[in-house]
Amino acid sequence: MARVYLFKPFERFWHWAQAALIITMLVTGFEVHGTYKLFGFGKAVDYHTIAAWTLVGLWFFAIFWHITTGEWRQYIPTTQKMLAVANYYSSGIFKGEEHPYKPTTGKKHNPLQRLTYLAVLTLLSPLIWVTGGLYLFYADWPRLGLSGLSLQWVATGHTLGAFLMLAFLISHLYLATTGHKITSQVMAMITGWEDLGDDAALGKKH
Amino acid sequence: MSLQHFLKTVFIATLFAGALGQAATETSTAKEARSTADHSKFSALAGPFDSGPAVTKACLNCHTEASRQIHQTQHWKWEYKNPQTGQLLGKKHVVNNFCTSVKSNEAACNSCHIGYGWKDDTFDFASEENVDCLACHDATGKYKKPSGFAGNPVAKDTEFPPGSGKIIRGINLAEIAQKVGATKRTTCGACHFTGGGGDGVKHGDLDTSLEAPDKELDVHMDVDGNNFSCSTCHKTEGHQVPGSRYAPTAQDKAPAHLRGKLDTSNPATCQACHGQAPHKAVKLNDHTNKLACQTCHIPAFARGGQPTKMTWDWSTAGKLDKDGKFQTLRDENDYDTYMTIKGDFKWAENVTPEYVWFNGTVNYTLMGDKIEKANEPIQINRFEGSATDGKSMIWPVKVFRGKQQYDPVNKSLVITHLAGNDDTAYWKNLNWVKAVEAGMAKGGVKFSGQVDFIETESIWPITHMVAPKDKALGCADCHVSNGRLEKVDGIYVPGRGRDHAAWLEIGGWLLAALTLLGVTGHGLIRLLTRKH
Repeated sequence: MARVYLFKPFERFWHWAQAALIITMLVTGFEVHGTYKLFGFGKAVDYHTIAAWTLVGLWFFAIFWHITTGEWRQYIPTTQKMLAVANYYSSGIFKGEEHPYKPTTGKKHNPLQRLTYLAVLTLLSPLIWVTGGLYLFYADWPRLGLSGLSLQWVATGHTLGAFLMLAFLISHLYLATTGHKITSQVMAMITGWEDLGDDAALGKKH
Repeated sequence: MSLQHFLKTVFIATLFAGALGQAATETSTAKEARSTADHSKFSALAGPFDSGPAVTKACLNCHTEASRQIHQTQHWKWEYKNPQTGQLLGKKHVVNNFCTSVKSNEAACNSCHIGYGWKDDTFDFASEENVDCLACHDATGKYKKPSGFAGNPVAKDTEFPPGSGKIIRGINLAEIAQKVGATKRTTCGACHFTGGGGDGVKHGDLDTSLEAPDKELDVHMDVDGNNFSCSTCHKTEGHQVPGSRYAPTAQDKAPAHLRGKLDTSNPATCQACHGQAPHKAVKLNDHTNKLACQTCHIPAFARGGQPTKMTWDWSTAGKLDKDGKFQTLRDENDYDTYMTIKGDFKWAENVTPEYVWFNGTVNYTLMGDKIEKANEPIQINRFEGSATDGKSMIWPVKVFRGKQQYDPVNKSLVITHLAGNDDTAYWKNLNWVKAVEAGMAKGGVKFSGQVDFIETESIWPITHMVAPKDKALGCADCHVSNGRLEKVDGIYVPGRGRDHAAWLEIGGWLLAALTLLGVTGHGLIRLLTRKH
């Protein structure tokens, strides 16, 4: 059975901590939004804020790690095999075909993953960070020369980010089950080792 | 009980009584120590006094400038020219939707004037001896200015109304004069707690429950705690009492007042003591740019056990009982809900305020201003303000809803002669046309001869009865759909559904649902096409 070491300890820690924080912020954020009542508005705001600052701290380390290790290159988009991967998820997967992309330590994400994560990291996250930061420092707008801003728009942008993140989370959770075995990718994120199945071991073309 | 027990009990009781006695002595000593003058030792106050002005003359012997100071005040003039709107206001001029107007009813209404003898237009506002010192400085609680005497106290037993057989007992003015002191909650309250004709009627946040409130009712006036008097906040200089409703300070961006520093801003605002960032929880301070402190810290008014009037319908007045006599109907708590002379009322306790943007400018509908039935309810005093003018805060208010007499031909509010022992007073003869005719004549205003009724609203800012902080509003009182601020426009309230962009609510959940549907479908097909 072929195994490949994909995720280093820090990366795994980053992933799971970030997952917990994002889920916490989705749950508390939609309560603040008024979608339901769970912790109570005040507590929801507190938890949301604490989680946000914690994530800021986590990102500080994550960015440092990505830069120093060169791991940021994992997110450079490529079109190579993109079509093949798209075909796999839209039909091959139902026919029992092999995944056309075999991850390696140097290239752990398939082209669709690269694109998605890049979009999450460089488009969706900044949207949430910027609107969330403005939201948090609402009282300081006049001092920062931002009196012209509208809380309505900031909040709307932040909520848009939340919905996009929710959609990402749903698809991400599902796609995590599409490895060699249903649990292969989840286990990879826990142990660092992904099980690629026997075919890979046989050195079949992929 | 054994002898030993008995002795022990006596011993403890003696100790306890001794301690109490000592405490009492300390209190009275402390009180004496504050003042350097014992007014009972002044020969000028020996009395006897047969009238209010006689007392004032004695006061002026020492307090030479007092009356002239008083002459400059709203308390004396009952007149205020609003520099912003140019409107001439004050009790002398406005028409409200309680007993409507002072004019032509001076003898009754002016028992709350800090003067003696304002019974009509001939009153001399320059008279120094007509200033009533005792109304505010009585420390005995015995000073009374009965209705019908134009602000005069009654020094000897008097039959009133004449021929009625009812005797109003005279009060000992000398005793009161000898015990004068600083103003207290009860002296201010004698008028301000009973505005509108009775305890708690008008304001909702001012009633006799504030004479000796506990902490729950008012965190500042709490008799066992801070024990503020009115003037602790309404810090008076030269008899000028700050904090008038005619020109309120809706927004105070100044820092807390500092001793020794000249502060010209209103000392009666919350910020004058608490400053701009009073909360330990930083997020709460983020609210002080839009919300008056009162909005969260006065969760309800009429909280002291005394209800306040919420509505008054004059149009139903005049109904006699089956014996043809004036009647008063009362609710189960003994509050009047119908009076022949006044119409129907509704009272309420623990009332949730309404909330409005307010920038401090109040526009009144005055005598002669055109009012149209089509525009009901007519705003007796409109609070100006908006989310965008930069001067407004969200304020809690009591909205008092009335239906009152007006002239449907000249389309104006009217002056009604209500009180008086004469042929035209409504409260004696129940004839609207006569009463309005007499009132309008006194005011020198044209009257068509017709009286109809029109719905009106008056607004009263809620600023007293500040609750302890644990009783202040919580986040979810406003950050929710259909919460306290549901009707307040121009502001995005997180958690309030009406502020959400519909496209995003629908689009966002649709996106989430479609994603879920997509992955579920994908998973199902995977499951069904599984080979092994």
